[in-house]
This record gives sequence, structure tokens and C-alpha cells, in this order.
Amino acid sequence: MLNRIAKLGSGGINTLGSLGRAGILWGMALWSPPDWRNGPRLLAQQLYSVGVLSLLIVVVSGLFVGMVLALQGYNVLVRFGAVEALGQGVSLTLVRELGPVMAALLFAGRAGSALTAEIGLMKATEQLAALEMIGIDPLRRIVRPRLWAGILSMPLLAQLFNVVAIWGSVLIGVDWLGIDAGAYWGNMQDTLKFREDIVNGLIKSVVFGALVTWIAVYQGYDAVPTAEGISRATTRTVVYASLAVLGMDFVLTALMFGVY
Amino acid sequence: MTDRTAPDDNLIEVRDLHFLYDSRTILDGVDLTIPRGRVTAIMGPSGSGKTTLLRLFAGQLRPTRGSVRIDGREISRLDRAELFVERRRMGVLFQSGALFTDLSVYENVAFPLRVHTALSEAMIRDLVLMKLEAVGLRGARDLMPAALSGGMARRVALARAIILDPQLILYDEPFSGQDPISVGVLSELIQRLNRALNLTSVIISHNVGETAEIADYLYVITKGKIAGHGPTKVLLDSEDAQIRQFMRGLPDGPVPFHYPAPDFPSDLGLGATSC
Repeated sequence: MLNRIAKLGSGGINTLGSLGRAGILWGMALWSPPDWRNGPRLLAQQLYSVGVLSLLIVVVSGLFVGMVLALQGYNVLVRFGAVEALGQGVSLTLVRELGPVMAALLFAGRAGSALTAEIGLMKATEQLAALEMIGIDPLRRIVRPRLWAGILSMPLLAQLFNVVAIWGSVLIGVDWLGIDAGAYWGNMQDTLKFREDIVNGLIKSVVFGALVTWIAVYQGYDAVPTAEGISRATTRTVVYASLAVLGMDFVLTALMFGVY
Repeated sequence: MTDRTAPDDNLIEVRDLHFLYDSRTILDGVDLTIPRGRVTAIMGPSGSGKTTLLRLFAGQLRPTRGSVRIDGREISRLDRAELFVERRRMGVLFQSGALFTDLSVYENVAFPLRVHTALSEAMIRDLVLMKLEAVGLRGARDLMPAALSGGMARRVALARAIILDPQLILYDEPFSGQDPISVGVLSELIQRLNRALNLTSVIISHNVGETAEIADYLYVITKGKIAGHGPTKVLLDSEDAQIRQFMRGLPDGPVPFHYPAPDFPSDLGLGATSC
């Protein structure tokens, strides 16, 4: 019994310690003085590897999600003779929820895992230690550009996901199932509110981007520098980041659209 | 205990150094002195605390107790920014080489110059080629680290470690896993660079033969304590059991051949219980 309590306490202390280290990493990486000489170039490199290289999976997934939404929505709406409402249903679902959340989950799987594995391997091959010994802070050189790249890329990826998904839904709803294009687009435009829907969706994706990238770089930086350690850290990134995105989505949705 | 030169002649002074990791004692009251301009080796069996000592010199770890002074500055009292400035005056050759895998040989060596200086590209090129020539790899400048052998990777890492002309260079197991030719090349380079660049070199190693040959002075560390120190010959002739076992590579001694285990017959079930 005493052992179990001790184990529980030790687990709690480890979790708190881990959260503390992650907080320190966040603070030191983001709030240290900017490096105007190398910073923009490093950020551009990371925007490419974190953002541009995630484009394919986000665009293809967006297309299929939009097409499936349109098919499912049509099958329900057609029973009530309200198929013209498909555009507004699909767009609201995407812009408020599915766009930011799906893009963030895909981002965690594609870019998050890559970030963790990259930083973990840099640690295992002593590249982070070598940077320190050359007199360069790895938090500023390695962690900071990756964090900012995640925070900046995520809203763009989420918006692209929305655009492609809406286009996919038009392909199915309008071009295949024959819903009137004017009604489809008109209903969508009438329903979507810039402040309430678009901006809130953007805020969500910025928060998700920060969350996923933070978890990914921390897991890499804190990984046990062995093959098994990096494998575990990469898995943890995808699991923790996915759960964090879904949990945070509920919190943000409650704050933005909750009953008040 | 170990002051063998006047304080001004010493680059590193370690006093009563203790280091605990997860309440396990790694270093237990280490005292040593590294004189300027010499090659000093810190040797000992695996797990004796050598690499921890190197990381304490570099400020990557903070001592639990005691002092590490480099050029008169207490390393453990420097804040993060001061430490990064101090490290520009040290070079470290990591066991794996630790080359940046996304940069070519040339860019790896040029990296510290690009980050810390505002030199022109032509000047950077000259300096990089000079250092690569010194380690015999000027012709490999365009190769990526993945295309290098282990020995070549360490030579490139050595060129990178000396590109900012440090006063101190720390070698972490420079010979382990190397073929005899690479060992010969690295030994020659360590000696030659130490003389030519007026460096102070510290070699952390468990390879007795190669290290003893090039070091001016040896420290032997076992179980987190300095077991002995002196010139190579003195240590080779030492009657101390720990030093004798390590220097002569004896399979049994203070470091036992058998990992602690219960009595063998009883482990096999051949004890008093036979019926």
C-alpha cells in the first residue's frame, strides 16, 4: 500500500517536473532576445519543413473530408427537402470545428512527429551538445524557429484545409448531386460570420499550432537519447498532441460558442 | 594534493569536486590541475566518471559541491549567457564527432565563424581551408557527414573545434572504435595541434596505450575518485592495485571479473537442499 502511494507520488512529481521543464523551454525559446541576423533565415527553413511539407497531406485529406461531408449531409437533408442548406452545414462544420481540428491532428502526425524525431536524433548524436559547446544556445537556434514556424503555419494550413474541403463538397453537392450552385454558395455566404466563425476558427488553429509544436519540440528535447527513447518520444508527441488538441477544442468551443 | 605548477600556469583547477546523479555518487571529492600548453589525460574504466568530469569542465553539468575554475573563472557560477561566451574559448571533440548532418564538411567547419564573427566570405573560406588542410581533409570539403568514415568525421569535428582558435580543447574518447591508421592520425593531430596552436589539451579516454603515448601527464580515475596521477612511466610502474589493473588491463582485481551474484552452486540448486 505504502509502495503504491510512493509510486503515485513519484509519478506526480515526475509529471510536474516535466511540465515545469516544458514551461521553461517555452519561455526561454520564445521570450529570449530575437536573433535578427540568423532568425529570419532559420524561420523560413522551418516554415518550409513544418508548413510546406505538410501541405500534401492537409490538402488531400481536406478534399476527401469535404466530399464525405457533402455526401453524408446530402443523405440527411434530402429526407427533409432541404438540400440547399448543404453549403451552410458543410461550411459551418469545417470553419468552426473540422478545419482547425483535423488540420491540427494531421499536423501532429506529420510535422509533430518529424520535429520530435529530428530534435531527439540531434540530441542522440550530440549535435545539441556540440551547438552548446560552440557557444550557441540550442533553444534559440533549434527550438525557437520551430515553435514559431508551427504557430505561423497551423492557421494557414487550417484555412487551406477549409478551402479545399469546401471545394470538395461543391464537387459532390453541386457537380455530382445537382444542388443549385447559387443556393449552395448563397446559403454559405449568408450563414458564415467573419468575426464569429472565421476569426474564431483562426484563433483555434493558432492555439492548436502552438500546442502541437510545443509538445513536439519538448518531447524531442527531453527524449532519452537512444533508439527506443526517440521512438517513445515520437509516439508520445502524436498521442499527447492529439489529446491536447481535442481537449483544448472543447475548452475553446465552450468559450467561443458556449451558452452565455 | 595535485598542485604541481604555479597557479598562473594552470588553466583548469578542480577542487573537492562532488557530483551526484539521482542520489548516486558519480564524483567523490576530485582534485586535479591541468597546466597550460600541455596534453593531460584523464583515464579510467567505463563508468568511472570521466565523461561527467568533461561535462563539468564544459559547464554542461553543475557540481553538487566543489569548484571547477578555468582560467581563474568559476564555471559553476556563470549564468547561461556567460557560459556560452566562455565556451567559445573551448573546443570539444565529441566521441561521435557530432557533425551537423544537414551541413557539408565545409559548412560544418565554417559554422562557428558564421555565427560568431562578421568575417567576409573570402576570409571564412581561407580559414576553413586552412583548418581542413591541417587535419588532411581539404579535399573532402564538399562531402556530407554521412559519406565520411568514423575517423574522418572526427578529423572534421576537430577542424571545427579549433576554428575559433580556442585556448582549451577537450577530447572525449578520441580513439575508441577507430582503426589503427585513424588512431595514428588522431594521435599525431592532437600532438601537432597542441604545439602549433599553443593549446591546452585534455584527453578523456580508456585507451591506455595510445593515450599514454601522447599525454604529458596522466590522471587515473576510478569509482569517482582520483586513484593516482603522474607521468606515464610512474603510473605504469605503480604498485597500487587499482592503477595496476587499469594500466595493464588485468581481467580481475579491484574491478572484479564477476558481477556480484549469489553463490554459484546454490544458484544452480546444488546446495544443502539436495535429497
